[in-house]
Amino acid sequence: MKPAAFDYVRAESLDEALEVLRTEGSDARIIAGGQSLMPMLNMRLARPRVLVDIMHLEELRKIEVQRGRIAVGAAVRQAELLEWPPLRRELKLLSLALPWTGHAQTRSRGTICGSVAHADPSAEIPLTLLALGGDIVLRSAKRLRRVAARDFFLGMMVTDRNDDELIEAVQFPAADGRRCAFREVARRHGDFAIVACAAVATDRGVRLAVGGVADIPVAREFDARVGDALEDALNAFAWDLDARDDLHATARYRRDLVRMIGRELITEVMQ
Amino acid sequence: MTRLSAEQRHRVRFTLNGDAVDRNCEPRLLLSDFVRHEIGATGTHVGCEHGVCGACTVTIDGRPARACLTLALQVEGCEIRTVEGLSDKQGRLGVLQSAFRRNHALQCGFCTAGILMSLDALFAQNRQAGETEIRDVLTGHLCRCTGYAPIVKAAMEAAAEMREETRREVADA
Amino acid sequence: MNLSATAGAPTGRPWIGQSIPRVEDPALLSGRARFIDDVGVRPGALHAAILRSPHAHARIVSIDAAAARQARGVVAVLTGEDIKALTASLVVGVKAPLECWPIAIGRVRYAGEPVAIVVAESRYLAEDAIDLIDAQYEALPAVVDPVRAMSAGSTLLHEGFPNNIASDRSFKYGDPDRAFAEAKRIVTVSIRYPRNSCTPIETYGVVAEYDPGEQAYDVLANFQGPFSIHAVLSRALKVPGNRLRLRTPPDSGGSFGVKQGVFPYIVLVAAAARATGRPVKWIEDRLEHLTASVSATNRATTLRAAVADDGRILALDWDQVEDCGAHLRAPEPATLYRMHGNLTGAYDIPHVAVRNRVVVTNKMPTGLNRGFGGPQVYFALERLIQRIAVELTLDPVEVISRNLVPANAFPYRTVTGALLDSGDYQTALARAVDEGGLAELKARRDKARAEGRIYGIGFAAVVEPSVSNMGYITTVLTAAERRKAGPKNGAQATATVSIDPVGSVSVHVASVPQGQGHRTVLAQVVADVLGLTPGDIRVNAEIDTAKDAWSIASGNYASRFAPAVAGTAKIAAERLAGRLARVAAAGLNTESDDIILAGGFARSRRNPDNRLPFSRIAALSHWSPGALPDDVGHTIRETAFWTPPELTPPDEQDRVNSSLCYGFIFDFCGIEIDRVTLQPRIDRYVTMHDCGTILHPAMVDGQVRGGFAQALGAALYEEYAYTPDGSFLSGTFADYLVPTVAEVPEPLILHMQTPSPFTPLGSKGVGEGNCMSTPVCIANAVADALGVADVELPLLPARLAETVRGAEAAAPPGKHNTPKGDRRLSGKGGARVAAAPEQVWSMLLDPATLAAVIPGCRGVKRISDTDFKADVTIGVGPVKGDYRARVTLSDLDRPNAVTLTGTLDGALGFGFGKGRITLAPAADGGTSVHYRYEAEIGGKVASIGGRLLDGAARVIIGQFFSSLARQAGATAAESKITAAWSRLCRWLGGRR
Repeated sequence: MKPAAFDYVRAESLDEALEVLRTEGSDARIIAGGQSLMPMLNMRLARPRVLVDIMHLEELRKIEVQRGRIAVGAAVRQAELLEWPPLRRELKLLSLALPWTGHAQTRSRGTICGSVAHADPSAEIPLTLLALGGDIVLRSAKRLRRVAARDFFLGMMVTDRNDDELIEAVQFPAADGRRCAFREVARRHGDFAIVACAAVATDRGVRLAVGGVADIPVAREFDARVGDALEDALNAFAWDLDARDDLHATARYRRDLVRMIGRELITEVMQ
Repeated sequence: MTRLSAEQRHRVRFTLNGDAVDRNCEPRLLLSDFVRHEIGATGTHVGCEHGVCGACTVTIDGRPARACLTLALQVEGCEIRTVEGLSDKQGRLGVLQSAFRRNHALQCGFCTAGILMSLDALFAQNRQAGETEIRDVLTGHLCRCTGYAPIVKAAMEAAAEMREETRREVADA
Repeated sequence: MNLSATAGAPTGRPWIGQSIPRVEDPALLSGRARFIDDVGVRPGALHAAILRSPHAHARIVSIDAAAARQARGVVAVLTGEDIKALTASLVVGVKAPLECWPIAIGRVRYAGEPVAIVVAESRYLAEDAIDLIDAQYEALPAVVDPVRAMSAGSTLLHEGFPNNIASDRSFKYGDPDRAFAEAKRIVTVSIRYPRNSCTPIETYGVVAEYDPGEQAYDVLANFQGPFSIHAVLSRALKVPGNRLRLRTPPDSGGSFGVKQGVFPYIVLVAAAARATGRPVKWIEDRLEHLTASVSATNRATTLRAAVADDGRILALDWDQVEDCGAHLRAPEPATLYRMHGNLTGAYDIPHVAVRNRVVVTNKMPTGLNRGFGGPQVYFALERLIQRIAVELTLDPVEVISRNLVPANAFPYRTVTGALLDSGDYQTALARAVDEGGLAELKARRDKARAEGRIYGIGFAAVVEPSVSNMGYITTVLTAAERRKAGPKNGAQATATVSIDPVGSVSVHVASVPQGQGHRTVLAQVVADVLGLTPGDIRVNAEIDTAKDAWSIASGNYASRFAPAVAGTAKIAAERLAGRLARVAAAGLNTESDDIILAGGFARSRRNPDNRLPFSRIAALSHWSPGALPDDVGHTIRETAFWTPPELTPPDEQDRVNSSLCYGFIFDFCGIEIDRVTLQPRIDRYVTMHDCGTILHPAMVDGQVRGGFAQALGAALYEEYAYTPDGSFLSGTFADYLVPTVAEVPEPLILHMQTPSPFTPLGSKGVGEGNCMSTPVCIANAVADALGVADVELPLLPARLAETVRGAEAAAPPGKHNTPKGDRRLSGKGGARVAAAPEQVWSMLLDPATLAAVIPGCRGVKRISDTDFKADVTIGVGPVKGDYRARVTLSDLDRPNAVTLTGTLDGALGFGFGKGRITLAPAADGGTSVHYRYEAEIGGKVASIGGRLLDGAARVIIGQFFSSLARQAGATAAESKITAAWSRLCRWLGGRR
């Protein structure tokens, strides 16, 4: 379990990193905290020709609040964001979900953007970003673009990021007092979610986002329905996710959790 | 731009338990292999190399981290601590280590180094850490021998002892 | 003179029985311990990596290692044939015409089986070369279910095992036929015990060297014994035993039986050392360990009981089908026979019938694992007890109590031959019920149920055997075969106590500790005998077969340390003490009967002031042997060998005393099942142990807690899971779920001490008991909670959904459930193409089209009009690999439909897919293309990336079909993902 050989670039500027991506394309991988990439390197599932380490770039280490959005730079570690004093106030949902992301020993290295880039369907950070209606800021040597989270995740570990782009930051809309709730079921504490649910109050009702079931995190809007109407809507949502059996759970069990936890969270957020 | 080529060894400098390290390694060398086989600090153990078991946990700039999920080149300029740094050169055990011994919180001892480093980092960061925080940080470690209960007990005893020490120091000052 | 009664700590209180701090700890706590990967190797030592089979069952067509041999730092690449030329087959434990190799020869029989070994200058370089080996396989049907493996027409693993059955023996003890014929009630359970392993955190390690001058091997391995395996190894390496020096490192990172299984790798690495003429080191990685080290057996058991109305069991009828995996490796089928004397558990049952079948399947071979046969037996037996209680509407405690061996019956001979040495099971049970608060627990259950919560209580009573009879495994042979093979029995333990020229005492044993603290306990035992402190005694527990006293029973297994090894150290120390007393008596002008060793002195009992320092007496043999009394000889070193006479060979009626001593455990627990997550949560767990005399209470509790945690894992989380086609699914710690601190509650541990009359210290083993009692105790509680008869381990919450909730809410119209348990990938999709069907059809059959649409394709070779080969690179996210692809077109229905069959194989695994494409003319002159596919994936990627695999495969297959559609001129081509897939995503995403 040793990585295959790769070149290593310790980027001294963002342009340098982008230049490697421009010339090497998919043969280059950005390494930030490395907590998703390193296991894949050790198992030789990933065999990039060059790794670009962006953790020394001060401009990516920022957490910025601007115009109701909180931008988290690519080099911000999960632990750093967890310790960011305004987190509970500005991003309550994330403050609820982050402790479920890995363990203290991986959050200390892993970055927020790295988790988004990896696009694991069970991961809490992409789920939260989707639930809050956040954006991903992608930069290449040529241009800067912003993609909504709902358009970014395309499939299992597949995103809208082009090979020459890196995630410069992700932007979360600030909570502005909206109610939210988070709940996750995993086999053991810290495991990848079998089902993770995040709910956020919206102007029309509640947005419920579910991770761990479909190949991407998926969000749906629920209006102020209650009772049977809500049950039916949740049931339809649960079935639409195309859950599957795997080693740790069955499709039916996942749908059960979506229905039950979904109802619980929606009720909690609507109160 | 400096591109460090795959098959050559490149200079890396950091501190390990307070001592300066200035050596060379290939880009793909894991920090776990570097401290164990290049430096000879074999107290850090390797149990899974995919970040789950926690045996290889060291602290990087005061935070617990998996040495198996870290490249040696990534810790350029960092301060690394391993289990070897917990006791003095005469081998006298520190508060946490003594509590582990007193409570039989280890059997084979293979996972212990990582657990000690996680707890050491926790206590350094949070003197008030109680059972909830201790248990939370311990979920990042697998132990096959002890059933965990004596580990939790040892950690809580050590935390209490350290708090008492701090209190005395404050009182004395 | 009775030294143990008079010697002891200065306070007069013996060291034995005290929880003194462990001598092992300071090194372990400060990073100075020496595990196998911590000890240096000679300059020039090489590192090995192993290429392993991605297939569960396949013929090896070819292995091309030319590129690997040329790779940087590579010294050798050895395949099965190379190893075969240097070694002999491993001994197989049953009489059958077949061989057993540590590496595949011509055929692979389980996913993960070694296929080639690379020896290079570093592990990194060795792994690089592994990637360059081109092994080609022809897949064969695989079988993973032991019952199915026996059926006619099942694929055959070994010619020498007809119907995959390695052994089929039936036994009758007493008159079970009559008992069943006359029985009022018959209660039956059918269980499947799953596969799991105690998986130590340190993996296997071997460092081997060969000296051609002496034609001798020197091997350092974290092997745990039994050292009967040394004979297997020397035979396989084709050297006499004295030319295989096997050593162990000072520390080992846990074993729990598992490190017995390193032995095939010792052969492999030693042969590689011989082939290269250099020392070779191999440290197993975690993926290798989970895939291909060793597993406990899985077992299918039907157990019937003839039962009286009051719950008394009159007879048992066991039918056990034991699954030993792909090879019957030594000492298997020992897992099945270890419990043979104990098939009646803790109960007094006069009649027993047994049928034991040992079966091979396409899974990892099995071997030692904590509990060794106990979990499998007690899962059936104690589930049976619970069912008897339910079916006869009796209290389970009543059923247990009524059947327990009576307290006045010890030593008690079970009908299958075990001689239960001592115990008072009724008292243990009564104390546990009382001190463990069963009444209160029942009140909690009643309250919980009244509140609509799901709550149950489970029980288990277990006899825990320790100190295996080295002859028990011969019960697999018939009496006639045993007569021919010669007797096998006993269990030699050894210990050496020696005194150096300054009179300090050292102890050496061959117990090969794996973290339990043997050195501490031995210091206590010997300090008590010699009147010293444990700090005065230095214990060495490394083994070197070239220098140390050892025998086949040496090692760390069958919970033999406390009953056998510690007792043997006591015997050795007592012999020395007896001679030291004579030396002291001469010096103190008294008789040896008057001498006691205490407080660091040899002194007169009558006149305590008449004394000499221990060290002075002890050193005399070195400095002045002439001054010793004539009959003393010397006091420099004493090696004791001890084997208990009770361990006799199986008799003519196949009765066997399979172990020397038998502890007793009674457990009960309360479990609540969460209504939402269905996760069973242990509310309280009580475990009562009688393991005879306790030598170190904290260590005993440590063994109980550790065994409990592993058993909890086996009951709730851990499984070595395989697909029906033999792909392994639990290859990482993300899928093989070892419980963490968050999952393991602390049990209430209770003790009773009924000393064993058969062991020198009165102690019995204690390390394995909870692995036997806890899984079934938990299962019984869950059965009680849910009111169900069948409980399958591990208790995956998802499996309980139907039981707890009944049928699921119906799908909305248009939605279909995927077939239950079907983990094949399937999908369908479609696209509208501008070209006419005939045009699309010609494209489909054009290799240029395939080259364009197969993701990452680097050139297509046409083998025939309908058969193509290609090299492809496929990537999903960061996961990228090179594969060989083969595509065949069949069922051609020009221009309407065609079937595409594709296979892929590469370093990350293999895949097989079949898709039917239909073309229908569309109104606008274009074509409607529809496809439907099914696929299966196996190999490395299946075992380590299972969670992500299906989704990733869907991405790849989607890419294939979408680019096919695009190539054919689809109007709305999607760049990253299939059109159908992304439509789905958009729809699910709501507002996209």
